Amino acid sequence: MQGPIKSRPGSSKTNKTGSWRTDIKPKFLRKNCIACRLCVLVCPEACISGKEKNTFLPDYDFCKGCGLCAVVCPKKDIEMIKEKDKE
Amino acid sequence: MKQFLEGSQAVAHCIKAVKPGVISAYPITPQTHIVEELAQMVANGELDSQFINVESEHSAASVVLGGSATGVRVFTATSSQGLLLMAEVIFNIAGMRLPVVLTCANRAISAPINIWNDQQDSISLRDAGWIQFYAESNQDVVDLHLMAYRIAEDNDVMLPVMVCMDGFALTHAVEVVDIPAAEQVKKFLPDYKAPYKLDIDNPITLGFLADPGCYMECRYAVQKTLRETLDLIPKVQAEFNAVFGRSAGGLVEEYMVKDAENVIVAMGSVCGTIKDVVDELRSKGKKVGLLKVITYRPFPEQAIYEALKNTGRVAVLDKSISLGAYGPLYTDLKGAFFARKKAPKAISGFVAGLGGRDITRETIKDIFKKLSGKQVNAEFMDLKPELLEEKA
Amino acid sequence: MSVETGVERHLFNPGHTACAGCGQSMAARLVIEAAGSNTIIANNTGCLEVFTTRYPETAWGVPWIHSLFENCAAVASGIEAALKYLGKKEGTNIIAQAGDGGTADIGLQALSGMLERGHDILYVCYDNEAYMNTGIQRSGLTPFGSNTTTSPSAESAFGNPRPKKPMPEIANAHGIPYVATSTSAFPQDIQRKVKKALSIKGPKYIQIHVPCPLGWRHSPSLTIPVAKLAVDTGLYPVIEYENGKLAAVRKIAPLPVEEYLKVQGRFKHILNNPEEIKKVQAIADNNIEKYGLKQ
Repeated sequence: MQGPIKSRPGSSKTNKTGSWRTDIKPKFLRKNCIACRLCVLVCPEACISGKEKNTFLPDYDFCKGCGLCAVVCPKKDIEMIKEKDKE
Repeated sequence: MKQFLEGSQAVAHCIKAVKPGVISAYPITPQTHIVEELAQMVANGELDSQFINVESEHSAASVVLGGSATGVRVFTATSSQGLLLMAEVIFNIAGMRLPVVLTCANRAISAPINIWNDQQDSISLRDAGWIQFYAESNQDVVDLHLMAYRIAEDNDVMLPVMVCMDGFALTHAVEVVDIPAAEQVKKFLPDYKAPYKLDIDNPITLGFLADPGCYMECRYAVQKTLRETLDLIPKVQAEFNAVFGRSAGGLVEEYMVKDAENVIVAMGSVCGTIKDVVDELRSKGKKVGLLKVITYRPFPEQAIYEALKNTGRVAVLDKSISLGAYGPLYTDLKGAFFARKKAPKAISGFVAGLGGRDITRETIKDIFKKLSGKQVNAEFMDLKPELLEEKA
Repeated sequence: MSVETGVERHLFNPGHTACAGCGQSMAARLVIEAAGSNTIIANNTGCLEVFTTRYPETAWGVPWIHSLFENCAAVASGIEAALKYLGKKEGTNIIAQAGDGGTADIGLQALSGMLERGHDILYVCYDNEAYMNTGIQRSGLTPFGSNTTTSPSAESAFGNPRPKKPMPEIANAHGIPYVATSTSAFPQDIQRKVKKALSIKGPKYIQIHVPCPLGWRHSPSLTIPVAKLAVDTGLYPVIEYENGKLAAVRKIAPLPVEEYLKVQGRFKHILNNPEEIKKVQAIADNNIEKYGLKQ
C-alpha cells in the first residue's frame, strides 16, 4: 500500500484562486496593445494569454487582482477597475 | 565465493554485486572501511557507480534520496552521530517511499563521545518507517543486504531498509564469508524498476504538502506496508534459501528455544557469545536458549509469541536504552504477551554493552542466573560502582 | 505540445496559492519557463513549495521534488549523479531552488557542498529577505534596519542590526563558472540569466530579489516598482560574475535610499531617524563604489 505519493502536472488548475480577488481586477482595453507580452511575463498567476496585438486577456478564474500587469503595461492599455463595475 | 574478509569489506563486496548507481557517504568511525572500499572499487573501474563525497551525513542521505527518486538503486552507510544527523532525512526517505538501503555500523551516541559499539543509534530511529535488520555475523551482514534490496524495491513495499551491524565487533572482524557471484545475485535480485520517478517525459510532483485531509493516509500506508512485510520477509527468506543454498536472516532465529526454561532475547553480534554460553550450559544439563531478533522493525511480535509462549523465564538484553524508560526491545517484547493465552512467568530487562563495554560469557551467565531472582526492568550489567561515586 | 489543447505544456500553472502580487511566484515561473520542459527541479521547504504543491494539486509541469528545508542542493546532486549513471544527463537541466533562509542560513552547507563538488546544477535563490512562510522572521539575507517579527523595532532596537550576508560573493568564492543577481524588476533579465546559466556546464548560482508584499508591507501592485527602487538606490546590485570575475553590472543613476525605504512598511520606523538612514545610505554607497554601479 502506498497511499498518496505523487501529484499530476498542472493539477493546481482545479483551484480557482480568482475567488480570492477582493475589490479590483484588470481590464484589458485592447486598444493600444503592442503585444510586448510584459503582462504575460510578470503575471504571478501565469493566467494571462494572448498572441496578437489587442488579443491579451487574463483568466479571471485565477486572477487575484494584484495589478502588476497594469503597472508594467507600457501603453497603459490595462486599467484596474472595481470588481463590481461592469465592463 | 568464500573469502577471508573484514566485515566492512564483506559489505563492500556484496554492494558491488548489487550494483547501486549512486553511492554517497560521509566518513565516520566505524563505518569508514565500507565506503573506502567502495570508493576504491569505483576508482578501479570495477564498480560502475557515481560515488559522491559529501560535506555531511545529512547531505549523504539527501544525495541517495535524490538518486533513488530518479529511479536508480542507491547505497549509503553511516554510524552513530552520523545517523542522528541524517535523522530528518531518514524519516523523509521512508515517507517519500524510496527504497534506499543503508548500512548502520552500530556505535554509541555522544555525550560522552565514544566510538565503540552499542545499538543506541539505529534504535533511536526505530520509529522512522524503515525496515531494520540486525546481523549476528558477517555472513548475516552480506545476506541481509541482499534481502534488504529485494524487499525495499518490491513495488508493493517501496520502503527503505537499514542493515545494522555492530561496529568493530563485525565491521572490523575478519571472518570467512561467502560472497555470492553476480549471476546468483541477479537471480535473486532483479534490476530495479521504479514505479514512480523524476522523469522529464512523465513529470510528477514528489514531496508535496499534505494537509490534515491526507497526511494520515500517507502515514497509515507506511504502517500497513510495514506490517505486511512481516509476511513477505519469510517468503523472501525462502527464495533466498532456494537460490543461495543457505538460510538468510528472517524475522527471528530460535537457538535451543523449543524445550528451554530460560531464554535470552537479543539482537546483533552478542548472539554469538550467547550461543556459546547456551552450548556450555546445555552440556551441563541446563535448559537454556537464545531467541535472536533479526527484524526489529516491523516488530515480529507473533513470531516472538510463538517462539516464547511456553518458555518459563525470558531475559531481554538491550544494547541501548530509552532513557527514562527501559530497553526498547524489552518494552516491545513485553507487549507481545499482554492479554495473550500464554506467556512466560517472568520477563526481565537487562541493559549491557553500552559504549563498547564487553559483554562476556560471564555477563551472559550472570543474566541467566538473575532470571531465577526478582523480575527487573532495566538492570545495567557490569556497572562499576566506584565510578558512580565521582563528583564534579 | 499537448494533444488535447494544441498549446504547449504549462511548466508553472495557475491555481497555486501564493499571495496576490507575489514576487517569488512571478520569478519562479520566469525561471522554469526560461529553463524549459527538459528540467528537473529540487525545491527546499518554504513559501514556493507550500503554495505550489498542496496535495492533490501541483502547479508544476516539470518533474519536481521537495524533501526538506535545507537539502535541495544535495538532493539535486543525487539527481544529477543518477542521471549521469543512466546516461541521461545530457539534455536535462537540473535546478535546485530555495528562499533566502533555505539558501543563506540552514541550506548554506549543502549549497557549499554542491558548488564545491562541481555538479552541473543551477541553484536559484529567491531572496525575499526574511522567513516569509513562517511569518516574516529575520534571515541572513534580511537587510539592515528591516523590521521583522524577530528583529522588531522598538525602544532599544531599529530592526535588523546586521547587513545582508554576501551570498553572491560566497558562491563566487567557490570558483564556480557563473554567479548572478537578478530581480523581479526585470523579467527579461531573469530569463536571460537563467538561459545563460544553463548553457554553462558546472555549478551556477543566481539570486533573484523577489518582493513580498505581505512581509515588506507594500501594495501588491508595487512589487515591480519596489524591486526597481532597490536596484536604482544601489541597495540591490544587479551583477554577473563569470569564472570568478565581475563581468557585468546594471548601471544606475543612484536615487537616495529613502525613495526605496518610504514605500515599505518594514522600514517605516527609520524614516524619521536620519542616523539610521545614513547607515542604509552607506550600504548603498558601498555597493555603488564596490561594483561600479554609477552610470
